[in-house]
Amino acid sequence: MLDTPLIEFREVTKRFSEKTILDKANLSICENQITTIIGKSGSGKSVLLKHIIGILSPDEGSILFRGRPVQEMKKGEWEDYRSKISYMFQNNALFDAMSVYENIALPLRQTTRLKKREVDRKVMSRIEQMELTDSVDKYPSELSGGMQKRVALARALVTDPAIVLFDEPTTGQDPIRKNIILSMIAHYRRQFGFTAVLISHDIPDVFFISDRILLLWEGKIGFHGTYAELTRVRHPMIDEFLQSIEGLRDELTGLLSKEMFRSRYALTLGGGQADTTISAVLFCVQFDALTAALGAQAALEVLKTLGEHINNYFGPMGGFSARHSRDEILTILPHIGLDEAGQLVREMALEIQQKALPELQAIAKSRSGTSQCFEILVTSGMATAGVSDDIEQIMEKAKADQKIIARYQCGKEGGSK
Amino acid sequence: MTQMEPISKNIPFVPFFHSLGKRAMDITNSLGAIAVFFALATLKIFRPKQLREIIQQIFYIGARSSNIVMLVGLFTGMVLGLQLYYTLVKFGSQGVLGSVVALTLIRELGPVLTAIMITARAGSAMTAEIGILRISEQIDALYTMRIDPVRYIISPRLAASIISFPLLTAFFDLIGILGGYLTGVVLLGVDKGAYFYRIREYVDLVDIRGGFIKSLVFAVLVSTICCFHGYFTHLRTDSYGSKSVSISTTSAVVFSCVTILVSDYVVTSFLM
Repeated sequence: MLDTPLIEFREVTKRFSEKTILDKANLSICENQITTIIGKSGSGKSVLLKHIIGILSPDEGSILFRGRPVQEMKKGEWEDYRSKISYMFQNNALFDAMSVYENIALPLRQTTRLKKREVDRKVMSRIEQMELTDSVDKYPSELSGGMQKRVALARALVTDPAIVLFDEPTTGQDPIRKNIILSMIAHYRRQFGFTAVLISHDIPDVFFISDRILLLWEGKIGFHGTYAELTRVRHPMIDEFLQSIEGLRDELTGLLSKEMFRSRYALTLGGGQADTTISAVLFCVQFDALTAALGAQAALEVLKTLGEHINNYFGPMGGFSARHSRDEILTILPHIGLDEAGQLVREMALEIQQKALPELQAIAKSRSGTSQCFEILVTSGMATAGVSDDIEQIMEKAKADQKIIARYQCGKEGGSK
Repeated sequence: MTQMEPISKNIPFVPFFHSLGKRAMDITNSLGAIAVFFALATLKIFRPKQLREIIQQIFYIGARSSNIVMLVGLFTGMVLGLQLYYTLVKFGSQGVLGSVVALTLIRELGPVLTAIMITARAGSAMTAEIGILRISEQIDALYTMRIDPVRYIISPRLAASIISFPLLTAFFDLIGILGGYLTGVVLLGVDKGAYFYRIREYVDLVDIRGGFIKSLVFAVLVSTICCFHGYFTHLRTDSYGSKSVSISTTSAVVFSCVTILVSDYVVTSFLM
């Protein structure tokens, strides 16, 4: 992908009284990408976003939009720049005297010449996407925190902006809802091609949808790169931060967090003999296809159930697992050879086919409410983990060996084992 | 300022003049800011998509204040009728009661008391509402949506006040005159014909115009002061959050009432 810098910060400094929040910060945000800003609370992440939209202006340095300093823009140019950006506030900033519908319709009513019918169509479409149909006439104070978040998200997206700034869009949501919101951001980014800048602490899920990650550390950009680069970099500052925000377990599936998985794997290698047998199994569901067919919530339920099954099956025999991308679960089976692992996977596949898939298709149908034909595919690939192999190498080997182990398709069930 | 501190230790009265000067500077800055704020809000009244908001604000500021304004007007007229009757009767001039009640109400009490009542009811609500919009980032949210907060929030309130104040003042005057009629004519026996005849004879258009001008001046002052206090509630240094909204509301009401009385004197002296 061509990394065109859409927005650039050059030596941006911002102080509030004596406190320096941004200290000669340099960063670039690329077009049509999802950039996630991470950092400790109070490190200036929201301040950084507010500079992009112009609520705050830098004390020193400059902000560039397509290479043009925003401070030098004329009024028309500045308005044009701002018309491309939408902002979702950390505390939602919903208009408490307006209903859900009015909140979402406000930017269309006030800044466009759309007819009432067109406004209505756009607003209702967003309301349906955010599952807020029952709350159209309710006021923000009558909604739960999670629902308020979704109203704010709908309002941010209703104008079809080119750049969307999300200030902690998933805070206060349950794991499923968090992932739905993140999925929605990823989905709309693909659909509408906007550039997203996110502040989020929902690791690892936010990393899975991010193209770039920025770590804001003591007013400066401490790390700037992809998720893969972030996981490879071993730096005390990054380790400290990731360990501080990443829990022991993945909230969605109940599997190990990626950092915990890495530690367990290192222990397994370090504690064993040089000839320790370790097998690895990479499970995968077709998450994007499922999302397209059933919606994000049903797809996440499928992923969650699969995670639970894997954990319940391999956990008692010493196996440990973690999600390594949105829909890939890597399981390490210490002291188990590849043949034995293959046998275990076949047994587990049978269990998935007989117990989990009927359960999954029931969940999928109830969540999506769809009567359309859909398919759930579970694939797996196996590899032997050598002492010198790192997790990425194991993943590559296992990916090369992917086979369908369980399948549900409109009442037809089966898998190639 | 920092350069002055070592000198101030040795020279008497310097700290006093220092703080006096600082206070004067602060007041001048605030007055300048209020003037700019008013000018911006006035210009933005005439932008598109304002009519609906203005009508809504006329309902909140005008229609919803009419009951309390008329109630106060009735009792003000009644008490005026009562007081003036017993004063005039000493001179055998009770026949002019109608004109005295009407002139007092139209020239002074009508505009002033109406403005104070609206300040208490709608002005305080304006400050509190805008202050809450500010501290809950709703004003920032408007900005991010490219909705000019001054145009969307302030201008309709200013326009609605300019429309509502004279109308409510007229209601106040009318009901006050009826209140004077109740006590003077119905209770105390002043001649009904004389009461209304004297009003028609002595109340000139210039009196009505004076009251009208005053109500317009008060409308501008009250709405500007109340909106300004709410809009900049986050810049207060003496308090934060809900406390700052509460202090801003109190300040707005007190400042508005004082300004009404001061400007009443100034406008009257120009009109006389």
